[in-house]
Amino acid sequence: MELLGGRGVPLWHAERDLAGVDAVILPGGFSYGDYLRCGAIARFAPIMEEVVRFAAAGGPVVGICNGFQILCEAGLLPGALIRNRSLRFICRVVHVRVESSRSPLTEGVAVGEVLEIPIKHGEGQFVAGEEDLARIEGEGLVVFRYCGPDGTVDDEHNPNGSAHAIAGVRNEAGNVVGLMPHPEHAVDPDLGPTGGQPLLASLLQHALARV
Amino acid sequence: MKHRFEVLVTLRPGLLDPQGKAIEGALPAMGWTNVRDVRVGKHIALTVEADSVEAARAQVEEMARRLLSNPVIEDYRILDAREVPA
Repeated sequence: MELLGGRGVPLWHAERDLAGVDAVILPGGFSYGDYLRCGAIARFAPIMEEVVRFAAAGGPVVGICNGFQILCEAGLLPGALIRNRSLRFICRVVHVRVESSRSPLTEGVAVGEVLEIPIKHGEGQFVAGEEDLARIEGEGLVVFRYCGPDGTVDDEHNPNGSAHAIAGVRNEAGNVVGLMPHPEHAVDPDLGPTGGQPLLASLLQHALARV
Repeated sequence: MKHRFEVLVTLRPGLLDPQGKAIEGALPAMGWTNVRDVRVGKHIALTVEADSVEAARAQVEEMARRLLSNPVIEDYRILDAREVPA
C-alpha cells in the first residue's frame, strides 16, 4: 500500500482497536496453526469483533488468502475454502478475470480485465452448497475467476478446483471482498507480475473517497 | 458431573472431498477395487462439566454449530457417553 501512496498500520489480532484506519486488510499467512479449519479459530480473535463492526458500518474490508478464509469463517463472505483438488500446495502465478466492479478492490478496474497475480495456498478450493452457489452467481457476488492469459475460464486454468473457478467473492453490500491470489505480491515489477497494482490502487481510491 | 461426548464432522453430501478421493484412488492399487464413496471427516472427543447430560449436550450442540463445524460445508453428529464405546 505504501508503494501506492497509502500508509500501512499494523493491527495485532489480540487488540480490540482498529486505530482509526480507513480500510482493513486481513493478510495471508497462517493463523492459530489453521487447526480445525483454516481461519476457524482466527475468526474469534479479539480484533475480529471490531472488524465485523467496521464492515457492518460499510468500511472497506479485504481478505487475502488466509484473510479470505477468515472472512468466510466469520460469515462476512459467502462460501468456504477447502483443500485443493490436487491436495498439493500451489505456488505460482495465475491469471484472474475481474467479474464485478462492485468491490473496494475492483471499483477502478473494468469487468473482463485479466490480471496476473500469484497464488500460494494448500486450501484454496472455493466451495458452497448448490443453493449458496446459485445465490452467489445470481447476485453477482463473484469478483474474480481463475482464467487463461486471454481470459478463458475452463478447467485447465482452474488451479485448485474451485467451484465455477471462483478466486474471489464480495458481500451483498459490496464493501467486503476476499480472494485467494496475493495482489500485495504483484505490485513491484522487480519481483514479478504487477496484476495487484490496479486492485490496491482501487482500494486506496475507495478508502480516500470515504474519508 | 463430567459428561463425555464425541462429535463427528462430515463434509456435506454433494461437495467434492479431495482427501476421500485420494484415498479412493489409492485403494485399487492395493487390490481393493470394490470401494466407492470414500469421505473423510473429523472426530472430536471432549468432556464437559455440567449439572445434567441435557445441559452438557445443549452446550456441545452450540459448540459444534459455532466452532467445531462450518455449517456452509459440513454436517455434524453428536454422540454422548451412552452411544460412545467405552
